[in-house]
Amino acid sequence: MVEVIIQEISKWAIPTLFFLIPSFAFLKGVKVYEAFVEGAQEGFNTAIKIIPFLVGMLVAIGVFRSSGALDAFTKLLRPITDILYIPGEVIPLAIMRPLSGGAALGAAAELIKTHGPDSFIGVLASTMQGSTDTTFYVLTVYFGSVGIVKYRYSAAVGLIADIVGFLASVFICNIVFNN
Amino acid sequence: MVNLIWFFLLITGIFFAAVNGRIEVVTYAALKAAENAVQISFELIGIMALWLGIIKLAEEAGIVDLIALIVRPITGYLFPSVPRDHPAMGAIVLNLSANMLGLGNAATPFGLKAMAELQKLNPQKDEASEAMCTFLALNTSCITLIPATIIGVRAANGSADPTSIVGTTIFATCCATVAAVTADRLFRSYWKRKKRG
Repeated sequence: MVEVIIQEISKWAIPTLFFLIPSFAFLKGVKVYEAFVEGAQEGFNTAIKIIPFLVGMLVAIGVFRSSGALDAFTKLLRPITDILYIPGEVIPLAIMRPLSGGAALGAAAELIKTHGPDSFIGVLASTMQGSTDTTFYVLTVYFGSVGIVKYRYSAAVGLIADIVGFLASVFICNIVFNN
Repeated sequence: MVNLIWFFLLITGIFFAAVNGRIEVVTYAALKAAENAVQISFELIGIMALWLGIIKLAEEAGIVDLIALIVRPITGYLFPSVPRDHPAMGAIVLNLSANMLGLGNAATPFGLKAMAELQKLNPQKDEASEAMCTFLALNTSCITLIPATIIGVRAANGSADPTSIVGTTIFATCCATVAAVTADRLFRSYWKRKKRG
C-alpha cells in the first residue's frame, strides 16, 4: 500500500509541476513561452561552467576507487567497526557514499542482491543509501557553477553529516530489524 | 580542507595501485573520469535549460516570492545573512522540496539557481558565503521522505516489504540534518572569531 502511494507520488510530481506553474503564470498574464526561453538560456552556461571542477574531483575519486585503496581502508577500519556492531560488509559503501553516487548505488545494490533485501545487511545498506547525499559531487557542482574555489568549512560539515547519518543508520537498523 | 581531500584521494589511489601491481589502472581511471565529467555536464545542459525555464515562469508569476514568504520564519532563522524576501529563499525551498521527494533531476537546477542568487549577495566571489555553507549543509544531509531508487532496487530483488526502510531512512536522515545544521552553526561562529583575530 505504502509502496503504491510512493510510486504514484513519484509518477505525478513532475507532471503536476509542469501543469501548475505554467498555468499559474499564464493566468497572471506572463508571456509564458518567452519567459521560459529566457530562463532556459542560462542552462548552457551553468552546465558548461562546472566542467573543470567536475573533471578535477571525478579524476581524484576515479583513481582512488580503481586502485584497491578501498579494501585497505576497510581492513584498517575493521577493529573499530567490530566494536560498534557494524557489519564489515557495509564499510566500502560507507566510504563511497559521499564520493560517488553511482558507485555507492552499485555497492548497495550488490549488497542487497548478495545478502537479500530483507537481511540485516540488506536493510542497513538500503537505509545508508537513502539517508545521505553524495557530498563531494554536490559541493563540486554547486560551488563550481558560481566559480567558488574556497569551500570554507563546507566539506567538514558535509562529512560530519555523513558520519552521523551512517552511525544513525546502524543504530536504528539494530533497533528495528535486529532481534 | 578540500585541497587536502583531493590530494589525499589522488595520492593514496596512486600509491595503492602501485602496491597492488596495477599502476596502469590509474591512467585508465583518470582519463575515463575526465571524459565522464564532460558527459555529466553535457547531459545536464538540457535538464538545466528545462528547469530554469520553468523556474523563470514561477518567478514571473510570483510563485517563488510566495514560497519565500511562506517559509520565512524558518529560513530567517537558518539564513540570517540573506534579506527576508530575497529570491534565493524561494530557490532554496524548491531545491530542498525536490530533494525530499527524491526528484533528483529537478533538485540540481533549483539548487544551482539558489547558488546563483546567493552569489549575488556574496562580497567575496571566490569564497563560499555563510549562507552558501548553510544551504549546502542542509542539501547534502537533506531529509529524504521517499528514497525511490533504493525501494526500486529492493523490489527488484524480491523483497517481502520494499518500503520497510522508509522509517529507518527518515530517522537516519533527520540525525544527519540535525548534525549538519549544528556543525554549520559551530563552524560559522568559530570562523567569524578567527577572522576577527
